[in-house]
Amino acid sequence: MAAISLQTATMAEEVKLFGTWASPFSRRIEVALKLKGVQFEYIEENLSNKSPALLKYNPVHKKIPVLVHNGKPVAESLVILEYIDETWKHNPILPADPYEKAMARFWAKYMDDKLWPAATKVVVSKGEEQKAVIEEIQEQLKTLESELKEKKFFGGESLGFVDIAANIIVFLLVAQEALGLMEILTEEKFPVLHEWYQRLVDDAVFKECVPPRERHLGFFKARFGSSTASK
Amino acid sequence: MADEIILLDFWPSMFGMKVRIALAEKGLKYEYRDEDLFNKGPLLLEMNPIHKKIPVLIHNGKPICESQIIVQYIDEVWKDKSPLLPSDPYHRAQARFWADYIDKKLHLLGQRLWRTKGEEQEANKEYIECLKLLEGELGDKPYFGGENFGFVDVNLMPYFSWLYVFEIAANFSIEAECPKLITWAKRCMEKESVSTSLPDRQKLYDFFLQLKKWHGIE
Repeated sequence: MAAISLQTATMAEEVKLFGTWASPFSRRIEVALKLKGVQFEYIEENLSNKSPALLKYNPVHKKIPVLVHNGKPVAESLVILEYIDETWKHNPILPADPYEKAMARFWAKYMDDKLWPAATKVVVSKGEEQKAVIEEIQEQLKTLESELKEKKFFGGESLGFVDIAANIIVFLLVAQEALGLMEILTEEKFPVLHEWYQRLVDDAVFKECVPPRERHLGFFKARFGSSTASK
Repeated sequence: MADEIILLDFWPSMFGMKVRIALAEKGLKYEYRDEDLFNKGPLLLEMNPIHKKIPVLIHNGKPICESQIIVQYIDEVWKDKSPLLPSDPYHRAQARFWADYIDKKLHLLGQRLWRTKGEEQEANKEYIECLKLLEGELGDKPYFGGENFGFVDVNLMPYFSWLYVFEIAANFSIEAECPKLITWAKRCMEKESVSTSLPDRQKLYDFFLQLKKWHGIE
């Protein structure tokens, strides 16, 4: 994926995103920047050979994503999302009301604290253990479904903070397909969430920010494939 | 119509302490309820069905969970007094980053200090390194928030009430390694909002001994 570099003649904002093509955390930032129409330069990092720039901008964790705005770095995806929302105020991704905002933060954190660890476990576990993790994930999806209720998106009429954080589900389902696992987000079990998911992946901005499908499937097969699933 | 604020908490909890400090900073009156975590009450289970954890702030009947989220909520609702987060987005991002670091790294390392047998030296070293990093972030400022007590200060102080316990349990002292942090902690303790929100050291230590027994560690 080529770096998108835009330079204008005037004293412009300089926005850089250090990320990796297969990281949901990195992709979240792309969604937010694109929703706000912010031009940015994307730098693809090689995590087995981190650039001096990345190490300089995130010395504490040495991880992606890192957003660098006019030379100043911000790290941790949810922190970056809030920074983006506060800096470029149009098309807000967080609600204005403090209680609604607290709820949005709670559910985004839920994605990172609950869904993500389970998703990373499911790709490395096998047999009975894997089945148990899938059940755990389905419990979490049930919880999310009852939170979503009648809304089009977690953010209401349009994509918001929680929907962006929920991109982990995309990665989970691609892994599921790549590894030949049982279907996790079935329409039958999750009628509401299943519809939301279709809306999410069809969204004009969101769909530009998911890893290319074939490459992503290949990534999971190569990394976690072979003995995990029944053929 | 006055605000009704209830805090479901557990007195030794570092997460609960953060919320107590924030409420005190804003001069808010609230009802404090100590939960028995071995016997969780119906209100806790109703107000935090997802995680069933404290702290939970109940504001006019509406629950907010997760200590960092609660502290930010308090800061946003009662924004006219003692702001905890700075107004500039970049500085806010830095404050959130460090609060996240404290919650993830420091908390985890703190648990390793007393839960892992045989790795004490390594655990002590890592914990101190973590504190040193924070000390570097503090620099020469009176508080992490700069001239004023702020979000990161709220998040870190509770760990210092437990530090006394860790120092005894893990047999190390941070005084020599992180003198600036010790000074900072003393400065924070001079604030009424902090000193009234943190438990008595001895009581905490006694609790810790019980906790170790419960975990089967002697």
